[in-house]
Amino acid sequence: MTFQGWFLILLFVGILLALTRPVGLWLHALYEGRRTPLHVVFGPVERGFYRLSGIDPAAEQGWRRYAVHMLSFNVALLMLTYAILRLQGVLPGNPQGLARLSPDLAFNTAVSFTSNTNWQSYGGESTMSNLSQMLGLTIHNFLSAATGIALAFALFRGFARRSAATIGNFWADMTRITLYLLLPICIAYTLFLIASGVPQTMAGVVDVSTLEGARQSILLGPVASQEAIKMLGTNGGGFFNANSAHPFENPTALTNLVQMLSIFLIGFGLTWTFGKAVGNTRQGWAILSAMVILFLAGVAVTYAQEAAGNPILHQIGVAGGNMEGKEVRFGVAASALFSVVTTAASCGAVNGMLDSFTPLGGMIPLFNMQLGEVVIGGVGAGIYGFLLFAILAVFVAGLMVGRTPEYVGKKIEAREVKLAVLAIAVLPLVILGFSALSSVVPPGLAGPLNKGPHGFSEILYAFTSAVGNNGSAFAGLSANTPYYNGLLGVAMWFGRFFVIVPMLAIAGSLAAKTYTPESAGSFPTTGALWVGLLVGIILILGGLTFLPSLALGPIADHLAMIRGQLF
Amino acid sequence: MGKDFTSALRPAIVMTILFAALLGIAYPLAMTGAGQALFPAQANGSLVRDADGRVIGSTVVGQAFTADRYFQTRPSAAGKGYDGLASSGSNLGPTSRALVDRVTADVARRRGEGVTGAIPADLVTASGSGLDPDLSPAAALAQAARIARVRGIAPDRVRALVDATTETSLLGAAHVNVLTLNRALDALPR
Repeated sequence: MTFQGWFLILLFVGILLALTRPVGLWLHALYEGRRTPLHVVFGPVERGFYRLSGIDPAAEQGWRRYAVHMLSFNVALLMLTYAILRLQGVLPGNPQGLARLSPDLAFNTAVSFTSNTNWQSYGGESTMSNLSQMLGLTIHNFLSAATGIALAFALFRGFARRSAATIGNFWADMTRITLYLLLPICIAYTLFLIASGVPQTMAGVVDVSTLEGARQSILLGPVASQEAIKMLGTNGGGFFNANSAHPFENPTALTNLVQMLSIFLIGFGLTWTFGKAVGNTRQGWAILSAMVILFLAGVAVTYAQEAAGNPILHQIGVAGGNMEGKEVRFGVAASALFSVVTTAASCGAVNGMLDSFTPLGGMIPLFNMQLGEVVIGGVGAGIYGFLLFAILAVFVAGLMVGRTPEYVGKKIEAREVKLAVLAIAVLPLVILGFSALSSVVPPGLAGPLNKGPHGFSEILYAFTSAVGNNGSAFAGLSANTPYYNGLLGVAMWFGRFFVIVPMLAIAGSLAAKTYTPESAGSFPTTGALWVGLLVGIILILGGLTFLPSLALGPIADHLAMIRGQLF
Repeated sequence: MGKDFTSALRPAIVMTILFAALLGIAYPLAMTGAGQALFPAQANGSLVRDADGRVIGSTVVGQAFTADRYFQTRPSAAGKGYDGLASSGSNLGPTSRALVDRVTADVARRRGEGVTGAIPADLVTASGSGLDPDLSPAAALAQAARIARVRGIAPDRVRALVDATTETSLLGAAHVNVLTLNRALDALPR
């Protein structure tokens, strides 16, 4: 580890902390449906969209209607993308003349992008036409992100409203977030990326005759416009197979820093928005503190492991940190940081190949996702996932002091706790169930590239990433088979919507409750004790559930590595 | 519940079409127009042309260098090496025999060229993209003696060239663009 590496890490966190309140304020304006300076530009678009689709943005929805409208929209988007991918061969915007996708790959990809996962069973440059990238995939990067933030708003209203039957209007939330937050930032962001060397053209392949006289084909395309929202919306689906490791997606150390910042930007802001919504911004800072503690702990482990490098290669005479799968312009520190950022959030972008990380260096990204991606987390999804853990934490605290638990003025009762457990239980059921299945049936065992414990890590990582809606991979796994495409598609759908529906039910149930003012007997949810309890609950739940599986994969792999055992 | 579904139908379909047009067509096309107008070189791949106007590469994306007279690039898992249509890392894990065999062979080759001491890690490891345009300064300097020998020039001149081409960054790691470096090498007066 170097001083410069830690400088980068602390600079990164410092910039985000400085941006938390301004971004939170902006989000709070959208949460309340207030006018912003950008309404001059996009206001007519917003009103036009409502008029054409027959939406009254002021019509409040109960949680059931909010859920049904959200799901209907997502199913419509899913079908659009499936159709585009299946018809790719006859549609325009296909300079490489690529064929249509197989049914299982089209299904997997459509679910992947709808659920904000962006798992890539496909290789970007060899599978997707420019039109598919734009119309099939980029729109999901915006709308799955907007959906996530809208859902967080709905849950915030559940906590903030008193004796209310409704939690907002899905269409108004989703449209405002897209038009007044995501799109404006992406316009500026795209221009920055282009200036830094990211291509933005409708052209396809350029033929090069290299300095040595060989032939090389370089693929161009509308990369920058997709890259911007891929990061800001914590999506992660790259234009190219190698994702943000590809120099055209992430050409410099500066673009790398900005990409990392944009992954966390909205997640940091939303914690502040939550505090503001429930009338005490310290509630938001307490949540953010717990998240940042877990985040920095993860960064420290991965950075230390990657900087220490692979002792097996040191024996052969190789110096320094682990550079297999990493890009020289980033080096070890910026690659390690990137991997922890994208898996803490549900971004799923990679700027180096996680499969080639050291065993424990790669275990942190895996464990981040197994914790439920609540360390900042995906846009919207992170904070609503975290609030499920907060409900469990006040419940545990309530058990310890023998009082009905309260959180931000709302009594937490059996119904909320049951629903929170239901939402959280999806994770271990799918991850452990599907990984166990794939470790014994032949089509599952055909997947891994690496042998030994590392092969199991590849399988475990895939299902963890899918159900967590992350999308990053130990990419050695050959996942583009009917077996994995199908099973991972199911995992992604469960991981997204089987968490969302119980979460919205909690929002509806909380909104209906009256306000319980804080009293001398209330457990304080702003101080250090609370932050410690949150961190403890998240680690204990995640640890107890997943440590055995980690022992079979990364931990066994680590022990093999220090003994010099090869597979 | 039934009413919730029927009321969702029209907005779901119409909003899908409207947003697809805005975000899937208008936004990328507008950004393409703006990018082509403001930053045409970068928007078209930062291509490098020779004196005759032929495209010889991109400063952003790496190309393979295998000849002894050039600074050689890192191992690549993109297709058969530096395939611009098949970016990929090796995905080999740290305990993979295939990884260790590959690195052992590359270390032996460098030793055969006369490189002594520890081998810079990036020189014998595959990058994440398979299209890494850079080398670390150490990996470039380790090749200076060979290049000086093959080209019949003083090793100090080659090393000075590496130093002059090295870019440092507080936000990443020091690196040398191999295409830029090799073009400078070709331009050196004998």
